[in-house]
Amino acid sequence: MYRIVEKTPLNPTVTKMVVDAPLIAKKALPGQFVILRACADSERIPLTVADYDREKGTVTVIFQIVGAGTMELDALKEGESLHDFVGPLGRASELDGLKKVCVVGGGVGCAIALPVAKALHEKGAEVHSVVGFRNQDLVILEDEFRACSDKFVLMSDDGSCGQKGLVTAALEELITSGEQYDEVIAIGPLVMMKFVVAVTKKYNVKTVVSMNPIMIDGTGMCGGCRLTVGGKTKFACVDGPEFDGFEVDFDEAIHRGAMYKDFEVHAREEACNLLNQEVR
Amino acid sequence: MANMSLTKCPMPSQDPEVRSHNFDEVALGYTAEMAVEEAKRCLNCPKKPCHSGCPVGIDIPAFIGKVAEEDFAGAYEVLERSTTLAAVCGRVCPQESQCEGVCVRGVKGEPVAIGRLERFVADWHREHAQEEPVKAAPNGHKVAVVGSGPSGLTCAGDLAKLGYAVTVFEALHTPGGVLVYGIPEFRLPKELVRKEIATLEAMGVEFQTNMVIGKVLTVDELMEDMGYECVYLASGAGLPSFMGIPGETLNGVYSANEYLTRVNLMKAYRPDSHTPIAKSKSVAVVGGGNVAMDAARCAKRLGAENVYIVYRRSMDELPARKEEVEHAQEEGIIFRLLTNPVEVLGDETGHVKGMKCIRMELGEPDASGRRRPVPVPDSEFVLDVDTMIMSIGTSPNPLIRSTTPGLETNKHGCIVTNGEDGLTSRTGVYAGGDAVTGAATVILAMGAGKQAAAAIHKYIQEK
Repeated sequence: MYRIVEKTPLNPTVTKMVVDAPLIAKKALPGQFVILRACADSERIPLTVADYDREKGTVTVIFQIVGAGTMELDALKEGESLHDFVGPLGRASELDGLKKVCVVGGGVGCAIALPVAKALHEKGAEVHSVVGFRNQDLVILEDEFRACSDKFVLMSDDGSCGQKGLVTAALEELITSGEQYDEVIAIGPLVMMKFVVAVTKKYNVKTVVSMNPIMIDGTGMCGGCRLTVGGKTKFACVDGPEFDGFEVDFDEAIHRGAMYKDFEVHAREEACNLLNQEVR
Repeated sequence: MANMSLTKCPMPSQDPEVRSHNFDEVALGYTAEMAVEEAKRCLNCPKKPCHSGCPVGIDIPAFIGKVAEEDFAGAYEVLERSTTLAAVCGRVCPQESQCEGVCVRGVKGEPVAIGRLERFVADWHREHAQEEPVKAAPNGHKVAVVGSGPSGLTCAGDLAKLGYAVTVFEALHTPGGVLVYGIPEFRLPKELVRKEIATLEAMGVEFQTNMVIGKVLTVDELMEDMGYECVYLASGAGLPSFMGIPGETLNGVYSANEYLTRVNLMKAYRPDSHTPIAKSKSVAVVGGGNVAMDAARCAKRLGAENVYIVYRRSMDELPARKEEVEHAQEEGIIFRLLTNPVEVLGDETGHVKGMKCIRMELGEPDASGRRRPVPVPDSEFVLDVDTMIMSIGTSPNPLIRSTTPGLETNKHGCIVTNGEDGLTSRTGVYAGGDAVTGAATVILAMGAGKQAAAAIHKYIQEK
């Protein structure tokens, strides 16, 4: 069993969990992911590693409460245990040799962008971070980003914090103002990554994106997480999850990600009803 | 006096109309009377071709002889000498191409129903056995087994019997490998797999789930840091293949592995499952192996009205076990043979709405000795389906080969062994099952596990 050492809400819909998993903590690297199951009959949920502490033997995940599975996960309390926790899966981010990087994070994707920014900072690279949220209430990890960024830009859709607008606008401004990046690393909703790539392609700045398709086993057995990258079928779990953004077919990934939308909405409503009944 | 009936005693089974709507086991098993009657069909011939036809070398005439004498406990003792998974083999082995394929009774009439008898004896034992599994005296040596499918379980069982401390590492959250995620409940009840694993645990085998070897621990760490003297790699067939035709990434296109994992491991057929699966009206399964039959029959049970097996060769070349093909036909699965998909068609929402196929005909034999299917010009047509399941094979998983220096693999990526006992290019590292052969059968994987266990024992004792 995998004990929840710490559980902290980062905003009303995003939760941070620090999990006791010494073997995984020993091996995990930025960019990799774990798959967890809250209880004995839960779904398998893939989550990118947000942090790890090799000495304490813990792995941190940050998740958004979006559906039945994550509601069930969020119902677990500090001190309780996850039923399953497997990893580290996927390939680590390739950060060697990068001197100047712009890390772009969107929403809960910032939880995964942060370890990448941190690792680059520790390797001595110049890190610019551009992070975006819908509004001020949803902002997470601002201090942590500031601590590892040479330049930090906060964007919000409604202007309630930072600058009003999308991360793509801020990124384009940085590039046109003369910032020359070895690489842009974009992690967030598929639509955001698609439009980040649309900007960076224009200026021919190499861009890496982190894909989070529907996945079951996470070890290369089921093929559910397949994507088209450079015209070829790739499995996010063993070939990724990070890919060259110029090569990824985002439209396909977006429609594949919506495959079980109806089921998910139904499951979420059921889970809500269940929880409401319990409260009553 | 031998029973000279030319046909096997029939196997009681659920009515096809009823069973195509449930996930309960299809074949119900012999009664004791049926088993004894069928056992008496064995002539106990001196050549015993069946014995050599069995990949794990079960002394078939000996166990059948005990059944004929109504000594079912004695029959199980014979089975147990060669296999720890008799209840599984009796259900899923392709007997017609192994033991039963060479049975003398099959020359004129049907062979002895060896598989059904094996199943009967194993089930009888499970229901009647009183004694606890024996835990062998520890011999002080540690062996790691990677993968808990049929090959890994067999190797672990044989080594545990010899007193080895065996740890089985499983990547998924439940042990059993393909027996759990692949083969459906109606063909192999999962309760039975759980019991087989519980037996191994009682024999002292330790199972660690959620352990992806090559990621959380490498083979070298198992051997150098954790004190395992040998490692047996039985990590399975690997990544599902796709055809590379247009439209394969449309919603509604599954690999058979994904479809079956959702249904079997994640129980998506149950209304209370948290794992979704397509609600289909018409399903095409591309391929002709056991996995294709399993996927098709699952789709039928999940409520699809039309389920097609689309296979590019003819009925004679279908690689699936004969009984599975018959069962599929009885359940109303439609076989579209000599047919090959060329494109998946999608609707405006990106979901499958049809499959464009081309008719095939058989030409000259190819390298495999089977007649090569060639397309018939201008014979394209559209099969009206909303779900497509690709069951055309696998390619090896890179996780272990890419993290184990010095482990030789072939051009396909399968682990290379010396062929006889599963020794790889690394001292102390053995491999078997689909990770070596590519996708094959449960029994061949078990045979490899057995040979590797013997080789590991010899290696450690002589060290």
